[in-house]
Amino acid sequence: MKKAIVILTVLLAFVSCKQSNSGTGADNMVLYECPMHCEGDRLYEEEGSCPVCKMDLERVKPDKTEKLSQAVIPEMSIFNLSSTWTDQNGKAIKFKDLQGDVLVMVMIYTSCKAACPRLVADMRNIEARLSEEAKNHIKMIFVSIDPETDTPARLKSFAKENFMDDAPWMFLRSTEENTREFAAVVAVSYKEISPIDFSHSNIISVFSHNGEMLFQQEGLGVNSDNTVNHINKAVGTLKKEL
Amino acid sequence: MDSTAFRIFVLCFLLMNGFGYGQSEGMAFIEGSRYIPLYGRDSTVVEVKDFEIDVYPVTNAAFIDFVREHPQWQKTKVKKLFAEGNYLYNWKGDFELREDVDLRSPVTYVSWFAAKAYCECQGKRLPTIDEWEYVAMADKKMRDARINESYNQQILSWYEAPKTYKNSIGQTEKNYWGVYDLHGLVWEWTLDFNSVLISGESRKDVDKDSNLFCGSAAIGATDLMNYAAFMRYAFRGSVKARYAIRNLGFRCAKDINNIE
Repeated sequence: MKKAIVILTVLLAFVSCKQSNSGTGADNMVLYECPMHCEGDRLYEEEGSCPVCKMDLERVKPDKTEKLSQAVIPEMSIFNLSSTWTDQNGKAIKFKDLQGDVLVMVMIYTSCKAACPRLVADMRNIEARLSEEAKNHIKMIFVSIDPETDTPARLKSFAKENFMDDAPWMFLRSTEENTREFAAVVAVSYKEISPIDFSHSNIISVFSHNGEMLFQQEGLGVNSDNTVNHINKAVGTLKKEL
Repeated sequence: MDSTAFRIFVLCFLLMNGFGYGQSEGMAFIEGSRYIPLYGRDSTVVEVKDFEIDVYPVTNAAFIDFVREHPQWQKTKVKKLFAEGNYLYNWKGDFELREDVDLRSPVTYVSWFAAKAYCECQGKRLPTIDEWEYVAMADKKMRDARINESYNQQILSWYEAPKTYKNSIGQTEKNYWGVYDLHGLVWEWTLDFNSVLISGESRKDVDKDSNLFCGSAAIGATDLMNYAAFMRYAFRGSVKARYAIRNLGFRCAKDINNIE
């Protein structure tokens, strides 16, 4: 009977933690939830994947959810994606963790000999035209369309070769499925045409600090005035809000 | 005690047997092979591994069950990032269809994100383009019926038939694999629909795509006579993942070995 009460109390604590974000009683525990809520509001004590849909479990952070619920994530924000990514230093991140900076993103693969070097150059040119002030509020991100080849180590050496290992530069990779999903969001098409070659669309996307897409530059070596303007404007909006 | 152990053993055996070899309910086993799709890797042969695919497209009824369990995909709750305003347009509310819509009709007006989530929550996934086209090139008797003129004619005549999305599932002819409705009912989402790299520019005779797509020289079509397939690829190349379209539904697929 005593046991039952204890279990019940613990359960109630979990429930209240999840629903009211007050987090009383479960403060010191790290809990995980399925981003799809396949088993309703069930919480898991260990990291891993959802037994139903196999998606990575997400950490439930009471204080973080509280902060984020104040700064509401817009419906069209890429921060609604629950996928987990790895950067060139092997650190796991979600797009939500990038909230607060203006994001400039492009999809490439490091073994690409055709368009990617030019896309990298385009990104570098855009960055060079931003003010030092703006550079403090942006992230320039390369997302790999070839996660199998582009391991964090590979991304790291690519970053070093291109002198892009420091902020604002960032290189990300995830599973094939998450990559497909992200490509779908930014309307990038890509196709593996041989084990080391991909066809892909050349698109650089600008996102606000809330993760909303503001602008897309399509094509290679095009005039990036518009892109730079959009970034500057987004940084301006961000600074007003800070 | 012994009998309990024996029972458990039998149970385990049955379970393993069921998971290891048995066909999943409502799915057809597809024996993989190599074939030449309209737009292949290196423009030639692709390999499709053994897999299972749903015999029918997902119905409105099944999708109602899904949104009951997963409220974030309900008509009024879905995030705009994952579905445009037309999402489940032919439903009256979160769980009800409009009067002229049938529970046994394929669910349409669903975005790629919703279709993908549905399959994942069933322990399945969307089929790839190569898999879908592989199953769909069969007719009643042959695995690859594309050489038959009548096969292409039949599909093209469906493309002209109006409002087939209102029909119930399972009314078209069963194909070689025991799969229904790949042609003649609705178009279907594929996992990698966004691997089709043809743009409006493709219609011009100049190769302007080279600026928009890296490596576009390698994606020429293999058989331009296969006009029906060309329409499907063009359609896939023209949609975005948030789109919810009147005659676009989906079905799920599954790897063979992922449950052992």
